[in-house]
Amino acid sequence: MKKHFYIFELVALLCGGLILMFIIAPIVGMVLNSKASILFETMTDKEIHASIRLTLLTSFVATMAFSVIALPFSWYLARYDFVFKNVLIGIINLPLVIPHSTAGIALLSVLNRESMAGKLAEKMGFSFINNPVGIALAMSFVSLPFLIESACSGFAGVPEKLEKAAMTLGASPLRVFFTISLPLAGRSILTGLIMMFARGLSEFGAVIIIAYHPMVTPVLIYERFTSYGLSYAREAGVVFLIVSLIVFVAIRLISEKGCNYAGR
Amino acid sequence: MLVVEGLSCEMPDFKLKDISFSICKGEYFVLLGESGAGKTIVLELLCGLLPLTKGRIFLEGRDITNLPVQKRRFGLVFQDNALFPHMTVWQNIAYALPLKKRNQVSEFAARVGAEHLLERYPATLSGGEAQRVALARAIAADPVIIMLDEPTASLDSSSKIEIRSVLRSINALGITVIHVTHDYEEAISLASTVGILENGNLIQAGSPLDVFHHPRSKFVANFIGIKNFFRGALDGENFRILNKPITLFVSSEHKKGRGCVLFESESVVLSSDKPSGSTRNVFYGKVVGMERAKNGMEVCVDAGGVQIYSLITFISAERMKISVGDNLWVSFKSTAVRFIPESYD
Repeated sequence: MKKHFYIFELVALLCGGLILMFIIAPIVGMVLNSKASILFETMTDKEIHASIRLTLLTSFVATMAFSVIALPFSWYLARYDFVFKNVLIGIINLPLVIPHSTAGIALLSVLNRESMAGKLAEKMGFSFINNPVGIALAMSFVSLPFLIESACSGFAGVPEKLEKAAMTLGASPLRVFFTISLPLAGRSILTGLIMMFARGLSEFGAVIIIAYHPMVTPVLIYERFTSYGLSYAREAGVVFLIVSLIVFVAIRLISEKGCNYAGR
Repeated sequence: MLVVEGLSCEMPDFKLKDISFSICKGEYFVLLGESGAGKTIVLELLCGLLPLTKGRIFLEGRDITNLPVQKRRFGLVFQDNALFPHMTVWQNIAYALPLKKRNQVSEFAARVGAEHLLERYPATLSGGEAQRVALARAIAADPVIIMLDEPTASLDSSSKIEIRSVLRSINALGITVIHVTHDYEEAISLASTVGILENGNLIQAGSPLDVFHHPRSKFVANFIGIKNFFRGALDGENFRILNKPITLFVSSEHKKGRGCVLFESESVVLSSDKPSGSTRNVFYGKVVGMERAKNGMEVCVDAGGVQIYSLITFISAERMKISVGDNLWVSFKSTAVRFIPESYD
């Protein structure tokens, strides 16, 4: 029995190694094949800077803006059972299963200049098409399920008894949400926010349909690839990879520090 | 002060039926019942944490049935204390206080002997310490009634004694207490009034002396050491045990009505031959259990589906060579059987 388990452990490790290689090999290959001169040129390229700034900012704003409505809703989903709850969850997760270009087309049909939302935006002096607002919406459409899913499981893990205890101490539902539910589900919510932000950064299919310009980095990399070939696209990819890595490590470090209290 | 009328609640797997009781200011009301009897549900209904199916709650003459939880001013202390794990003890107690009064945190902590714990997090407290903090937090909210959900259930015996003393001192401040527990000793030690909850029904309420001298449930009868407890109906001298084909002879001032009978196992005589004396309750049955007790051997005899317990000396057990599976006669006098009517007050 023990010997079988030992062999199985080895097989499992081997599987892990293969998966790791599958993920790491293309990235390492991309980095190793980059030419230092072009990489340096790309790093100082103002177009790249603007595109990375736009990508980070739109994804961040989209994540923050949607978290305002997604978090209370996630709490409700975690706390209550109702008819067609599973159908509702299925609808929320729909963007995960449809091709992202399809998601972009779907979004375009409600955000185009002839649509109600489009006309309303025009009255306010902007358009969703080729605009950072449109980009943020496209990013949110495909990445929101990550936040809701993670926040929902976080809220479900908060003992209802603590919320009840807070209410018997005179706290309003809003105070209970902000002082008990939200901080206790904090770790999962942060994970959800990071996932949504990350998914937003990498979004290409939906964004390119809504806004080719201004160019977010994934669109810019695609444009460089089609216009100048692999070598220029690769270096842009490496730069974006480095920036993303720095941002995520920083977020992880901050969130670890923020959630690390003696109670958990 | 608190009047509860016909409190009912229906859940998928449990029903709380028509609970009515009243509590005076400063009273210490203990709701005693086995696990699953519905004790916590009663507390949550009173606090407004669960929706009522039926019934009304009046506090100082005012109908508070539909009042939100926050406005009822009922402090609830949960069995596992429900301290907020991400807050220090100070923050936990301060949570119940308005901003202007937060300088009183130490004062509330001192009342329960928790002033030295203020900087600690709940995860670092012992069971007794955590329960003290939960009590301090509940008092800080300035409740009209404090409700305690098995506050000592998960504590060791020395912490239990400490917490009981804290609870007495809280009640001595004039704070009305409703305390639910399955612990008979706790009820005796703290209660000024006891209510017995069984399967979602409040079957008895009164002073501890009254309730424990006239038990109306097997649960309470067991607490006072009586295992022979049966529900049924009395008709003259005959007491028909509910859903069993057995009738007992009872000598009682009551003549008719539903109720229960109880008799001590010391009064039950075992014999190999049919007894022929003045004893009127004589049954033939099979020994289904034997257990050593402090003062003898407790023998359980199944007679027609009714389990009757007899306590005999070790010497008698040895002499009669009783073992499980033996057939024996059990007998007890009708004067040993006490009848307690359902509507006894």
